Amino acid sequence: MRREWIHAGLLLAPALVLLFAFTHLPAIQTVIDSFWSTPRGRRPSAFVGLANYERLLADPIFIRAMINNAIYAAITIPVSIALALAMALFVQRRIAGRGFLRMAYFTPTVLPLIAVANIWLFFFLPGFGLLEQLRGFLGLSPRNWIGTPDTALYAIMTVTIWNQAGFFMIFYLAALQTIPESLREAAAIEGTPRWVFFRRVLWPLLMPTTLFLSVNATINAFRMVDHVFVMTQGGPNNASMLLLYYIYEQGFRYWDTAYAATLTVVMVALLALIGIGQFFLMDRRVHYK
Amino acid sequence: MSTLVVAPTRVDRALFVAGAWLLALVWILPLIYAIWTAIHPSAYETRFVLLAPLTLDNFVRAWNAAPFARYFLNTILLVTMVLGAQLLLCIHAAFAFARLEFPGKNILFALVLVQLMVMPDILLVRNYATMAQLGLVDTILAIGLPYFASGFAIFLLRQTFKTIPKELDEAACVEGCSVLGLIWRVYVPLARPTILAFALVSVSHHWNNFIWPLIITSSVETRPLTVGLAIFSTTDSGIEWSIITAATLITSGPLLIAFLLFQRQFVQSFMRAGIK
Repeated sequence: MRREWIHAGLLLAPALVLLFAFTHLPAIQTVIDSFWSTPRGRRPSAFVGLANYERLLADPIFIRAMINNAIYAAITIPVSIALALAMALFVQRRIAGRGFLRMAYFTPTVLPLIAVANIWLFFFLPGFGLLEQLRGFLGLSPRNWIGTPDTALYAIMTVTIWNQAGFFMIFYLAALQTIPESLREAAAIEGTPRWVFFRRVLWPLLMPTTLFLSVNATINAFRMVDHVFVMTQGGPNNASMLLLYYIYEQGFRYWDTAYAATLTVVMVALLALIGIGQFFLMDRRVHYK
Repeated sequence: MSTLVVAPTRVDRALFVAGAWLLALVWILPLIYAIWTAIHPSAYETRFVLLAPLTLDNFVRAWNAAPFARYFLNTILLVTMVLGAQLLLCIHAAFAFARLEFPGKNILFALVLVQLMVMPDILLVRNYATMAQLGLVDTILAIGLPYFASGFAIFLLRQTFKTIPKELDEAACVEGCSVLGLIWRVYVPLARPTILAFALVSVSHHWNNFIWPLIITSSVETRPLTVGLAIFSTTDSGIEWSIITAATLITSGPLLIAFLLFQRQFVQSFMRAGIK
């Protein structure tokens, strides 16, 4: 037995050391940092208790970012999943041009989000982009989609959905393959309308995939902010500010590392909550395998 | 198919196909538009004339306007290094979790799984401080290092290793072989589909990664493509859109072409990596 322990230790050590060094320790250190002040010039870091958290609760930009993130999640998650499901149902069986359809749905996923943002930036460009050409054609006045507080966040969301729906489609396709063909045949013989079959048979059977994707989409809603850098930089007037972008701004533009650490604690707490939620949700709702 | 419900299903079917095509066209439109602007002179950016002259000039000018060759090299070095390190570290760790018994195994594995939620991506501030202490800021190694020990890879490979029958261990080791020999001669070859799937996911993820490389790099010699592209397209020097679009396509090109060539493998790999 002892020999086995040594083998295990040797096999695990390199991976675990790096894992702890760049995930667990920084997470713990971040929590500690959030109780200290940012060192500035000759003034060293000092213990400030909950001061950073008090600042957080009184920070209108933080609150704006949280609200934005909530809206962002509430819209991108269901829309991406619904579109992904539609895509999967479209291409799972024989259909004219199946290869092209599948490629069209999936290709945006392969592109870097930065590149995607560039493409869409041009699309949204005031008075110039394709969307504007269409509006001009319909006789509507030009509109600055990403420069207007009312629409900036929605422009960002469109890009997110475009980027991830095709990726989610793959998981539905995989799940649909495991559903026995006999169910469909039985339904056809009974003359079951397509939507009844979907609601009564497919949807419940796809539930585990839907839950899995919901969790993934939730994580993405907090983690994917690359396009914000190119398209809006959180603006205008913080209208498209998201939590991770705010962490970046505080940590690497204003170099307020203590406050950035405090914001990161909120982020880690949110993700941990999602993780725990997933654990219980999966256990309760998914009772077949 | 039943003959009783022919009429409604036919209309139904037509709507279904029309919906599929409409969604696909809307979906591919931004990309087609980007390709249109990139292969035509800038005068045709928003004028859709069927016989507009084609040109590769935008690509040439984009390529010469920024050190994209260097960015390409950096990205290729980065993804190769990350993938190599991930496989080396995680194959061994996954084997230990799948086949060996040792105290604290479950707790350690739970700690590995924590990384599926709390990724290095969000611990930017602290990881930057660590890199500064190690003197690694602005190196390609620093871009990859936090991702070397991948919780996802360990999890995925452990699941695969667990499906390999234990009798093979004994059969392979009749003549006596080391643990390392067992891993590399029996387990790795049998797990090849999973390894390939993970490799595709890892390469495309790190090819596309942006925020961490943006923070940790500050020179042309280390910047990957995504950061180079972002800097190129946000400098307010009045670069024409057609050139920016060309640069965008250059940076995504290799992945895009690889995807179009190996579509089936890509899709299957992503499926395998996600489901198991």
